[in-house]
Amino acid sequence: MRNKDINWETRVKGITKLLAVWSGAWTASMALATFGPRFFWDFNETLTIISIILNVTLGIGMIFANKNFIKELDELQKKIQMDAMAIALGVAVVFGLSFSLLEQSHVISFKAEISHLVILIGLTYLTATIIGRRKYS
Amino acid sequence: MNNRLKVLRAERDWTQADLANYLEVSRQTVNAIEKGKFDPSLPLAFKFSRLFNLTIEEIFQDEEYSNTEHD
Repeated sequence: MRNKDINWETRVKGITKLLAVWSGAWTASMALATFGPRFFWDFNETLTIISIILNVTLGIGMIFANKNFIKELDELQKKIQMDAMAIALGVAVVFGLSFSLLEQSHVISFKAEISHLVILIGLTYLTATIIGRRKYS
Repeated sequence: MNNRLKVLRAERDWTQADLANYLEVSRQTVNAIEKGKFDPSLPLAFKFSRLFNLTIEEIFQDEEYSNTEHD
């Protein structure tokens, strides 16, 4: 069956599922690359490199899956995503750098990790998407 | 922007979901356009036009222009 012949809603559902699969696989590979060296292969360099290559490969797949997902959305859904991305990017730059400054100037005692920034971006993106959806409902 | 989508839809006994399905957009998008919360792009406005067999101006009216005309 040609792609165009499939109902738009079904197509979006399929592409969303695909994105979820790629994201899940990438997250699992990230966990493997993070905890594998310590718990599974005793810091074997070859296995560590393989796990990182696998993580990057799945990450690239996830990027393209996300691109295809955005491409398939309708114009209002694209706008909601675009607005959420703009807010998430802005928050990441502003608060990420401020957080780093707090660490450099020893105002905070703990280390500013990249994972903190990823969590901040994720939560901001999620919140902005929910607000956007409510705004147009 | 004002529009006559609700009336046009009712005349044809279509639900928002039916219209969304014909236009290949989500029901939320049809609802937002119908309520005037979101203005469609020109390609989507043409899709509405073809579907209802009406001109774009017969479906959508510029709010500012309509107000000026009535003054």
